[in-house]
Amino acid sequence: MPDLEDLYREIILDHYRNPRNRGELDTPPAVRAEGFNPLCGDEVIIYVQVADGVIEDIKFGGQGCSISQASSSMMSAAVKGRTVEELQQFNHAFRSMMSIEPDPDDPAPTNGNSADVKLGDLEALKGVVKFPVRIKCATLSWHTLTQAVEEAQATS
Amino acid sequence: MALDTAAVRADFPIMCREVHGRRLVYLDSAATSHKPRPVIDAVTDYYERFNSNVHRGSYQLAVEATEALEEARRKVANFIGADQDSEIVFAKNATEAINLVARTWGRANLGPGDPVVITELEHHANIVPWHMLAAEQGIELRWIPIRSDGHLDLTDLDRLLDGARLLSVAAVSNVLGTINPIRQLADAAHDAGALMMVDASQYTPHLPTDVKEMGADFVAFTGHKMCGPTGIGVLWARPELLEAMPPFLGGGEMILNVTKEGFSTAAVPWKFEAGTPPIAEAVGLGAAVDYLTGLGMEQVREHEVALTGYALRTLNQRYGDDITIHGPTEPAERGGVLSFEYKGIHPHDVAQVLDRSGVCVRAGHHCAKPLMRVLGCAATSRASMYVYNDESDVDALADALGEADVFFIE
Ligand SMILES: Cc1ncc(COP(=O)(O)O)c(C=O)c1O
Repeated sequence: MPDLEDLYREIILDHYRNPRNRGELDTPPAVRAEGFNPLCGDEVIIYVQVADGVIEDIKFGGQGCSISQASSSMMSAAVKGRTVEELQQFNHAFRSMMSIEPDPDDPAPTNGNSADVKLGDLEALKGVVKFPVRIKCATLSWHTLTQAVEEAQATS
Repeated sequence: MALDTAAVRADFPIMCREVHGRRLVYLDSAATSHKPRPVIDAVTDYYERFNSNVHRGSYQLAVEATEALEEARRKVANFIGADQDSEIVFAKNATEAINLVARTWGRANLGPGDPVVITELEHHANIVPWHMLAAEQGIELRWIPIRSDGHLDLTDLDRLLDGARLLSVAAVSNVLGTINPIRQLADAAHDAGALMMVDASQYTPHLPTDVKEMGADFVAFTGHKMCGPTGIGVLWARPELLEAMPPFLGGGEMILNVTKEGFSTAAVPWKFEAGTPPIAEAVGLGAAVDYLTGLGMEQVREHEVALTGYALRTLNQRYGDDITIHGPTEPAERGGVLSFEYKGIHPHDVAQVLDRSGVCVRAGHHCAKPLMRVLGCAATSRASMYVYNDESDVDALADALGEADVFFIE
């Protein structure tokens, strides 16, 4: 069995204990999306405010395990202030780190190479791949954010 | 404890295996039980000696396979106190058995506004089929609430049952372990002119079952939680109801005659068993009820009460206010299903840490999302026990639980 220390890295536990950007935003102007993990009942709620193709603000809520909460926290810190295009690159890079084939429903990065993206803190989630049942915990917030951003762009 | 658990463990080949180099501590029998040697042998033996299709062969093998299937039906009928073998309908699992009632009896007898009453502690298997009938036929779904002690709140029962056509209730909760007062509910349902269905999925494996004492009209349960194979479940119903119900799926086995113009149905119970049945699985279930009968269901229950008492005491003494165990506190009022929360650590993380020590518990909503909402959580960790568990398994759980602190408690 892979070491639990690979899964529960200190930086993940730090984001879990001290989540960044936990909370709510007013809708509108923000958009709210919910994601469910049907296996375990975890819920992620993402609030995102997009203007001129930039993610101006992001907050998350819901209930979930350390991996899903830390993933939401790290994701929110990574994408805040970034452009939607940069988000797509992050998403792509994150999914390939999680060994997930590109999702045909997710928009592919329109420019730039996702291999060049620096995932920063998010790299710590790499260990999750060794625990395949937990991959969904890590990717739920990304799915939900993608959904929220699509909605924000459709309504703007 | 009345059961010799060492001897029982020796009957279950899987108990020999290790997980991550540790002894297997299996505490997830509410999800599915392990299978004893006689069940595994019965399935193998069926394939090695009798395998052929049933009910329509004239040669010796087919006759013997048919006999084996019908013998299994007889064993199950005896196990639950049914009067006749024909009251036993084989289905795929409890879910299919409940859907069978909703799709046949429900479709034929329920219309817009007809109330079906269930409870807040139901498994999705006894919720979604009624939601589907609500969407399709406009039935009204009513909910009996639960109290904070895990028992049903029956204060408003008369009002909830007013005009009701069916009351459908789990005999034992798969999350809280609560044993519900089935006889009292059945009597109340009948007084109100409603029928009574019991989801006995967590009951038949653990307590002596007598469908007539329950006062039920329909009883559904599932083989894999009671030492039997997967792929076999049971619907018991009163014979008059089965006679009057329209068929479920259409196809072979369930017909008497088919013409270009139409069909007529076979006799009960085959009317509800379209297609080649799960023969080996039924034979395995027959062996499972023989095995449980051999242990003695009174002894099985006695063991469960003693072990549940030990688990509640051990966990509470060891962890005090750091652990919250949901459901009734009195072992005599509950089954051996312990849903708990530990120091606010998420159940997925608890289960992950326990796995390292070979301790198998389930984390999640346990297919009871409405109940989770009532409990105010998205998920719980659940340890559930059966005939092969003993105090050492509870101790292993208690020991491993504290290891979660290393990661999650500063
Ligand atoms: C109370 C209850 N009802 C129904 C079911 C459904 O059983 P199955 O999945 O075998 O149909 C279960 C088991 O998960 C259960 O615990």
